[in-house]
Order: sequence, then structure tokens, then C-alpha cells
Amino acid sequence: MKHLWLTARLDIVESLRARWFQIYTLVFGGIVALLFLFGLTESRVLGFVGLSRLLVTYIQLTMAILPIFVLVTTVRSVAGDREAGVFEYLLSLPVSLGAWFWGKILGRYVVIFAPVFVAMLGAVLWALARQIEVPWEIFTYYTALLASMCACFLGIGMLISSLARGTDMAQGAAFLVWLVLLMFLDLILLGVMIQGKVAPEVAVGIALANPLQVFRTAALALFDPQLIVLGPSAYVILDTFGAAGFRLYALAYPAVIGLLCAVAGYVVFKRGDLP
Amino acid sequence: MIKFESVAKTFRRARVLDGISLEIGTGERIALIGSNGAGKTTLIRCLLGEYTHDGSVTIDGHSPRRERTAVLGKIGFVPQLPPPLKMPVGQLIAFAAGLCGTDPKRILEVAGSLGLDTTPIMDRQFVRLSGGMKQKLLIAIALGREANVLVMDEPAANLDPEARKIFFELLAERTASATMLISSHRLNEVASLVNRVIELDLGRVILDDRVADDVSLSGMLACRISAKRVEPAFVKALGTWNFEDLGGGLEWQGLVAGPDRLRFLGMTSRYVALISNLSITEVNK
Repeated sequence: MKHLWLTARLDIVESLRARWFQIYTLVFGGIVALLFLFGLTESRVLGFVGLSRLLVTYIQLTMAILPIFVLVTTVRSVAGDREAGVFEYLLSLPVSLGAWFWGKILGRYVVIFAPVFVAMLGAVLWALARQIEVPWEIFTYYTALLASMCACFLGIGMLISSLARGTDMAQGAAFLVWLVLLMFLDLILLGVMIQGKVAPEVAVGIALANPLQVFRTAALALFDPQLIVLGPSAYVILDTFGAAGFRLYALAYPAVIGLLCAVAGYVVFKRGDLP
Repeated sequence: MIKFESVAKTFRRARVLDGISLEIGTGERIALIGSNGAGKTTLIRCLLGEYTHDGSVTIDGHSPRRERTAVLGKIGFVPQLPPPLKMPVGQLIAFAAGLCGTDPKRILEVAGSLGLDTTPIMDRQFVRLSGGMKQKLLIAIALGREANVLVMDEPAANLDPEARKIFFELLAERTASATMLISSHRLNEVASLVNRVIELDLGRVILDDRVADDVSLSGMLACRISAKRVEPAFVKALGTWNFEDLGGGLEWQGLVAGPDRLRFLGMTSRYVALISNLSITEVNK
């Protein structure tokens, strides 16, 4: 356990000094700052006003940026470290492979989750200072959603890093995974549904297996509980899960995907060549 | 102590290690030599449990792959190329000491004896240190703990003569209890450090020879040099060896570490036309 914490701490210290982390923090801090600057707390959409409006916009933007950011930075830094000889040296020290791999995941998780959460927390603190009403339910659920999203894409990133030997290959694979998830949001599914090649339930099932779509739908569900914007798909979702059930599913399913990918990554890492 | 049994490693279709079998006993100091691609680094990585391979590698009967923490706790490793770590020096020392169960002060003491003052660099990123500083720190981490196997890849390449002298002394303190595996492209770089030479080529052992162990790691040579004229480059070179000027840049004397004799003679050979007299005498330390 001590080795796991040591590795996690090491990864946090390494990441804090890395340029990707500075850009990552700047992007999410910048989003919140810009949303305030553009007076989003003053605007009203679909009955949402004040901080709720800002948080809804923030989560939408985060969902667009965070997955690719987490995937690319994770595979770049992990595969890059391996290529540069960092693994060769650090893994010559008496650390168990389990402590190393899971410690790295733990450290990385803290580093990717902290900026998105702190940015959101900053918005809440600002709202409190300005005596703007804080929608605690939305804030809590979005925090959990972000935590789940980070776990999901970190797990996928670590699996890719274990499988791909070089930085270029890892980066390409990460981009491809993101692209496939993105395409299965609407593009391909709409096409096959229109052509009538698959049953609508199958298309919706595929969409619900896509963590990106799950986040998107869960974020929508908070300000549109009947999921009217989704059209008939909403019936499948709400009949299968129910509103509360889907909110739970949206938290648990991506986290399980991330965990399974991380476990698979660990098995590959443990069985293969380390540096 | 260290046993390689039919160790083979293939990357895709390239066979990098081709059934290597070796036994290395306690107290042996091995020069692992060979050209690029001979398999030195791969063999070292198999020894460190970093590569999967056919055959078996054991240290005192234990596998470095399956019993990592127990086995690697006894191995001190110095890579040829320092890793580009962004963490501060203090963090690296704390991390290594924490994993190895040693007191960070011990690492700092070894670093200090190698001439590396760690106080002003504790917060500096490891990657931002000079080549020599990095090398000294990695040696300090390898030697600042209870390691009875030392695996070093050209460890003295970036060290100044004074630090090399101390490095040899530190190695000398461990000759009875530790096994050393020193990798190098050229034998003359490490010849005076070792008592056994293993040469690899295309993944096979092509030479396994025990060599005369006449050079003491802690031995010193008293040298005196007379020059025909003052040559700034020669003066500078002698300065790096901490030689003392006895008169107008023409007469010099100093101490050279025994294992550094080849390197020292290599330096003097570049100025052979300038040298009118050169004497080297072994002194007991």
C-alpha cells in the first residue's frame, strides 16, 4: 500500500510540472471564467437561469473536451515515459507492478479530476459570494458525472497505453477510439435507423453502450427529465431505466467500463515487456 | 548468485538474446561488453525483470520478475542515459528511499561524497540537472542502500576524475559483498574495474574470460609530468585531473585513481609530443 501511495504521489508531482496539465487546467478554468464573463448566469434557456445555466453549459463543454483531452494526455505521457526510458529506471526500483500501475492510475485520476472539479467549485464559490442561488442537486450530480467520466476515459487511456508500444501508435489509437465513440453518438446510428437496417431498440441499445452518449443523455436529463429533445428514443430509455434509474446507470456504467479497461490494461502490462 | 539459463528474447522476428547461460558469483565484477545491438541492454532488462523471456533468470534462486520487490530491493541500477524525470531531486530521493527502505540521508551522503551538493538542487527538476549531476545522483541512489548486485551501464562516463576516484572507492568498499555488472561499448572504459569479461555479439556470449585482478579499486597512482612548453589545452586537461602546478606550467604532479589509469594515459597520449617526462608510481592508500 505504501508503494501505491508513493507511486500515486510521484505521478501527481510529475504531472503538476507537465505542460499538458497546465494547458488542461487553463482550459477548464478558462471555460468557467469565460462563462462568467459572458454573463451566462444572467441568461435564461429552457427555464434555466443563474448558476444552473452556467453548470449545464459547463458540463456540455466538458463532455466535448474532457474525453479526448484525457485520452490523448494519458497515452502521450504514459507511452512517452516508456519511450524516454522513465519506466526502465523507475521499474528497476523495488516496486510491485500492481502498486506501480494502480498508483499511476490513482495519481493520474486526481490530476485529471481536480481541475474540472475545482473549476466547477470555483463557480459555486463565486455564486455564493455574489449571493446567486446554488443548485446543489445539479452540482452534486455533475460532480459525480465528471468523476465517472474521468474514470471511464482514464481506464480506456491506460488500456491503450498498455497495448500500444510507441507514442504515435498510442496517440493514433486514442484518437480513433474517441472518433468511433463520437460517430456512434448520432451519425451512424441515425443513418442505419433511417435505412431501416436495424431495429430502433438495437440502435438505442448501441447508443446506450456508448459512454459518450450516456453522459450526454444524463446531462440532458437534468434539465429535460422527459428527454423530449431525444424524440422517440426517450421512450426506450425511460421505459427501460426510469428517470432515476438512468441517472444511476449514467454514473455506474462508464465507471465500470473504465475499471474493466484499467484491469485489462493491468493484465496486459503485467504480462508484457515493461519498458 | 546470478544465474541465466538458456535466456532467449525475440522482438518480433529479431532474436536479440540467443540462449544465454551464465553463472555469476558473489564478488565478481563483470564487464559486459559488445557493440550496439549485441544484447547488453536486453540482458540487463531481463536481469531487472523488465522483459519477459524464454529460459530463466534468478538471483539467489529468486525470479526478479515474479518476486520483484524482494529481488530488486537488492539490486542497484545506474542506466546509461538518465531518465527525463520532471520531479524535483528531493522527490526522487524520497521516492527511491521509500521503495528501497533506506534512509534518504544515506543517499545524500553518497551524493555528497561524489561531490554533489544536494542542498541547492533539492527543488530543481531532475531533468534540468547537468549530465554529471544526474549521473552522480543515480549512482548515489544505487549505492545509498543495501544492494548486493550493482548493475551499471557506463556509470563513470559523465563523471569528472575526482568523482570517478570516489566512485571507485565506493565500489571498492563493496567488492567482497556485492556482484557488479558493468556494461560498456568498449572494454578499455571498464577494464580496470572488473575481474571477468563477458562479450556479447548477436545475442550470444562470444567471450567469457576471467582477467587478472591486479588493479585495486581503491589503489592510487602518484604521477609526475614534465612538459616541454606551456600549452593551455594541456594545462586545462591536467586541471580537470586536479594536478598541481609545480613550476610555471612545466612541472605537474597529482594522484590518479588506479582504475582510471587507462583513461589518464589516454588523455596524456593526446599531448605526447609535449611531454618530456612521465612517471607513474603505485602508492598504498
